[in-house]
Parts: sequence; C-alpha cells; structure tokens
Amino acid sequence: MNKIIIENSIIESNDKLTESIYLLKVHSPIIASKIKPGQFCNVKVSDTDYPLLRRPFSICDVENHLIVFLYQVVGVGTEILAQKMEGEVLSILGPLGNGFNFDDDFETAIIIGGGIGVAPFPFLIRNITNKKIVSYIGFRNKNEIVDYGLTNCKYATDDGSFGLKGTCIDLFKSENTILNSKTKIFACGPNPMLKSLIEYCSDKNLNCEVSLESAMACGFGICQGCVVESKEDDEYKLVCKDGPVFKFNEIKL
Amino acid sequence: MEIDLSVNIGKLKLCNPIVLASGTVGYGEEVANFLDLSKIGAIITKSISLKPRRGNSPQRIVETSSGMLNAIGLANVGLDEFVKTKIPILEKLNSNVICNIAASSIEEYVECTKALNEFEIIKAFEINVSCPNVKEGGLIFGNDLTAVGKITSEIRVATNKTIIIKLSPNNSNIAEFAKVVKQEGGDAVSAINTLIGTAFDIYTKKPILKNITGGLSGPAIKPVALAKVLEISRSVDIPIIGLGGIMNWKDVVEFMIVGASAVQIGTVNFINPFAAYEIIDGLIKYCKNNSIINISQLTGTYQI
Ligand SMILES: Cc1cc2nc3c(=O)[nH]c(=O)nc-3n(C[C@H](O)[C@H](O)[C@H](O)COP(=O)(O)OP(=O)(O)OC[C@H]3O[C@@H](n4cnc5c(N)ncnc54)[C@H](O)[C@@H]3O)c2cc1C
Ligand SMILES: Cc1cc2nc3c(=O)[nH]c(=O)nc-3n(C[C@H](O)[C@H](O)[C@H](O)COP(=O)(O)O)c2cc1C
Repeated sequence: MNKIIIENSIIESNDKLTESIYLLKVHSPIIASKIKPGQFCNVKVSDTDYPLLRRPFSICDVENHLIVFLYQVVGVGTEILAQKMEGEVLSILGPLGNGFNFDDDFETAIIIGGGIGVAPFPFLIRNITNKKIVSYIGFRNKNEIVDYGLTNCKYATDDGSFGLKGTCIDLFKSENTILNSKTKIFACGPNPMLKSLIEYCSDKNLNCEVSLESAMACGFGICQGCVVESKEDDEYKLVCKDGPVFKFNEIKL
Repeated sequence: MEIDLSVNIGKLKLCNPIVLASGTVGYGEEVANFLDLSKIGAIITKSISLKPRRGNSPQRIVETSSGMLNAIGLANVGLDEFVKTKIPILEKLNSNVICNIAASSIEEYVECTKALNEFEIIKAFEINVSCPNVKEGGLIFGNDLTAVGKITSEIRVATNKTIIIKLSPNNSNIAEFAKVVKQEGGDAVSAINTLIGTAFDIYTKKPILKNITGGLSGPAIKPVALAKVLEISRSVDIPIIGLGGIMNWKDVVEFMIVGASAVQIGTVNFINPFAAYEIIDGLIKYCKNNSIINISQLTGTYQI
C-alpha cells in the first residue's frame, strides 16, 4: 500500500475549458512522483470549515512536478475551486486508491468516457505504450466536449449536436470495433452508463475495468462511507480503497 | 520548561490527552502506515459487535454546513474476526488501545467484554450506548437511564479494566446518565456521540441518506458537545473524555477548560489524518506560553 501524504501545492494554472469544466495544474512533486493512472487525490478547496470535507479528483495527468486535474463545477466545492488563481495554495492528500491495470496482455485499449468521466484517461494513455488506443467519449452537447489528452477520439452527444446522437456506450456498440481477448476496455462515467457497459461486457465476455465515484469522507478506507456491492459475496467493497478502479465482474451497480 | 501532557482516565494513563475516536481510525492498522500511534494518547477501535455487521445500504455519507452526516450502521467484522485477525495486528502497533463495543442486548455487551478482557493489548473498553444509526440497541439504551446503569454494572463485573461509557447527546439530561455510570462503577464517560440529523434533496424530495437519518459530526456540533461536557462536569465527579467537532488545539483547550480530562478527535482525521500531531504540538506551545506544567491542571478551570 502506498503511504499517503499531504502536499501543500502551489497552483500553476486553473483554466476554463468549457462552460463548466476546468483544467487545474498544481506543483506537487512528491505526489507526482508516486501517483499511478486511475488513482485519485483528495483536495481541500478552502482553509475554513466550509466546505468541510476534501473533494476527490482523479489524477488526469502528470507533467514533471505538476499534477493535473480535470474537473466539472457541480456544487459548492467545485465552485470555490474554479475561483482559485495561479499562485494560491491547495492542500492535496494522495495518492489514493488503486489505479488501472495496464500491464496485462492486450493489444487494443478501448477508452470509454462519459462526460467528466474522461478525466482519468490522459495519464493512462500516456502510460500505455505500443498498443492501439481508441477513445469513445460522450457529452451532453457540442459545447461540453472535452478531449484534452485523449487519442484517436470518436464522439457522441446526447442531443446529436456533434458526432453520434446518443451516449458513449451507444457509440462504442455502434462502431464495429474488433472485440476479442486481446481487447481491454477502460471506462469511467455515471453509474447508469457503467452499469450498461458491465452488462454488455459480461454478455460478450470482454476484459473491462471501470472507475467508480461515490460520496466519501476520508478517501483512505476509514470512514466506510463509499461502499459498493461486491459481486462475489454479500459484502461491500470500498470505492476509495478497494477501487476506485474495479474489474467489471467484481462489483454490482 | 518540560511540559507534561500525560493524563489519567481511571486506571488508564495516556501520554497525552489526544485519543482517536471510534469509527475514524478503523482497527488501527489502516492508519498505522502513516501515523506513529505511540505518539498519540490512545486509539479507539471501530465499534465491535458480537456478530459481523454489513452496515447500511449506501448512500451513507453527506456533507452539511461545517459538518457531515453518517449512517454507516456500525459495519464491523464482528467479535470472532476481530479476535482472530485484528488483535494480532493491534498487538504490533505500540499503541494504547481502547476497544469500543456496541450491542443490541445487555447480555451481548457482557459477552463481548468477557471475550476481549483477556487480551493484554486492550487497555480499556468504551461502551457505545449511543449509536443513532442502527435500529435495535444503540440509542434505545442511550436514552434509558436504567439500561445504562445495568449495562455499566454488568460490565463492571466482567472486567477490571477501565470502563468508559460513551454517552448520547440525543437526550436532555446527560448529567443524569453520567451520575448513573459513576454509581454503577464506570470509570469515565465520553461525550458526545453524534447528533441525529437528516438532509433532503429538494428536487426529488427524497432523503439523501438511504437510512433517512444519520449522525451529525464535525465542527457544527462543537458548541453542543461543549455544553454537554460542562453540564456533566458541573454536577458529577467523573473523568470526562470530551469530543465533538474538534478541529485544532484551541478546541482541545476549550474542552479541557469546561471539564474534559482528555479528548477524542473524529471527523478531523478524515480531512487531516495528521491532525493529532498538529494538535499535540499546539498544546505544548499553549502550555509553555501559559506556564502550565501539567496539562491535566487545565481540566475544569472554567471561570463562571
Ligand atoms: C474517486 C473519485 C474521483 C473523481 N474524479 C473526478 C474528476 O476527475 N473530475 C471531476 O470533476 N469530478 C470527479 N469526482 C467527483 C467529484 O469529487 C465531485 O463532483 C465533487 O466532490 C463535488 O463537490 P462539490 O462540492 O462541487 O459538489 P456538492 O454537490 O456540493 O458536493 C456535496 C457532497 O457530495 C459528495 N459527492 C461527490 N461525488 C458524489 C457522488 N458521485 N455521489 C454522491 N455524492 C457525491 C461530495 O463529496 C460532497 O461531500 C470524483 C469522485 C470520486 C469519488
Ligand atoms: C463515519 C463515522 C463513523 C463512526 N463510527 C462510530 C462507531 O463505530 N462507534 C462509535 O462509538 N462512534 C462512532 N462515530 C462517532 C465518533 O466517534 C464521534 O463520537 C463523533 O463523530 C463526534 O466527534 P467528531 O465531531 O470529532 O467527529 C463515528 C463517526 C463517524 C463520522
């Protein structure tokens, strides 16, 4: 298990990419040297007791001493984060959770990202070498599309304003990608999307890993808040410590 | 000037007054990887029940104004597994271990205490009569003076170790409960457990927690906790471990002034897992600046 640390990190940049999505880069040399694709950090967005808890964000990329997050403004914490300026300091706890397994034997990596679910993939893609990569990404509409750091993208939008009309799962199924035992799928997005993907992968016997989200307090396995049902037994698994990346057949959504 | 941070709770001596609260340090092993537990007064393990508990269905956690609601539902590995796999790990941690027990009957409290009593590593028992998140047991006892008295006296028979009864703030006469604990041979009380609260989604009109209600913790509850500690300390002569919303050393000093001999920190561990260290450093500075040689001198020094 990796040792968690808190790094007080100076903001390098915090840029608005779309109406609601931002790209944040901070100086965190220690976390940058340790963190793996699919892991996450827990960020304190204020110095006060409000909001109280840290906010979890996937590692989006690492550039030397910088760690990069891609986040969507959805509530009070991310609203505060979006106001942060270059030079300000953020307290960052990490690295947390277990990342993607990308050392196993596959030839094609299929990336599936729904909305802000694209966040963990730039760092994963950077770390997958000598393999074919295809990215299927879906957003609500054309203005919300973010393909930062992705390769070989195919697009879907809910309203059809760009690419296929439908979800990234519809898109993935509609393309006649060659799926076999040498294909590995990496997916992240809203639970209903992952649920339908998990069913599809079970049917077709495909190798797939999904990255989950859940409300959580600590992020390191103590509070027991972020449970997800295990497929193998009646027990719960913790998204923060057993995940956030799970094999598709480990969990029940 | 050498500052003595040590305090006594019954027969239990702590190297400093900072105790990590039940439910916020797991069974110790989860935090031992990044904390040197020998530097911290004591740790209290997650509530153990006779049988394993899976806990409540998610969503289990929601943040509220300067606080959080949890409805974990006492998820724990159960007595047998605790003895088999957790105690051997606790034995290696070089920590003062207080074992927290939750139960749904008086017999169950006694059975757990008896089974755990032989383990040297367990220095004291904290009896949770106040968990708001389970249907049976828990708070039903916490609101019943006779039951709390009976639990205390029967556990007293089962162990010579320090007994701490963890009291609920969800009643109007906490001092009466502390009185009963003292009468029946309890060594100390801890106050407070979480306050019952809830939160609703205004669009779906559904409760955010699957359990509907949860236990409120964090800075939002500190004023309530302080008032409860003060209430006990003004009417009962029993050591109090104060807790509820402590975020920093100043909060600790405040709890000690109103009557706490030691304190527990809970929710803050989620935000800053190194908070205990920072608090201990802060207490040393405070003592130095205020010519306090033994921090225990601070307890109950309120000027009212
Ligand atoms: C492992 C992990 C990785 C994540 N990675 C990213 C990322 O890379 N980019 C990104 O934009 N977002 C990511 N999220 C989601 C992000 O953490 C939330 O959007 C953020 O916490 C919302 O905070 P807020 O204060 O703006 O919203 P609010 O709605 O005000 O937050 C209120 C509370 O809801 C909790 N909460 C957060 N997520 C959920 C959820 N899925 N279900 C229920 N409650 C939740 C928060 O912890 C907070 O306590 C990730 C979440 C997890 C668990
Ligand atoms: C996630 C969570 C789990 C908890 N689990 C337990 C428990 O198992 N047993 C117990 O006696 N108290 C439990 N508590 C209560 C805490 O020990 C403490 O009484 C309470 O949180 C108030 O202190 P705080 O404001 O410092 O967190 C839990 C609290 C939280 C937030």
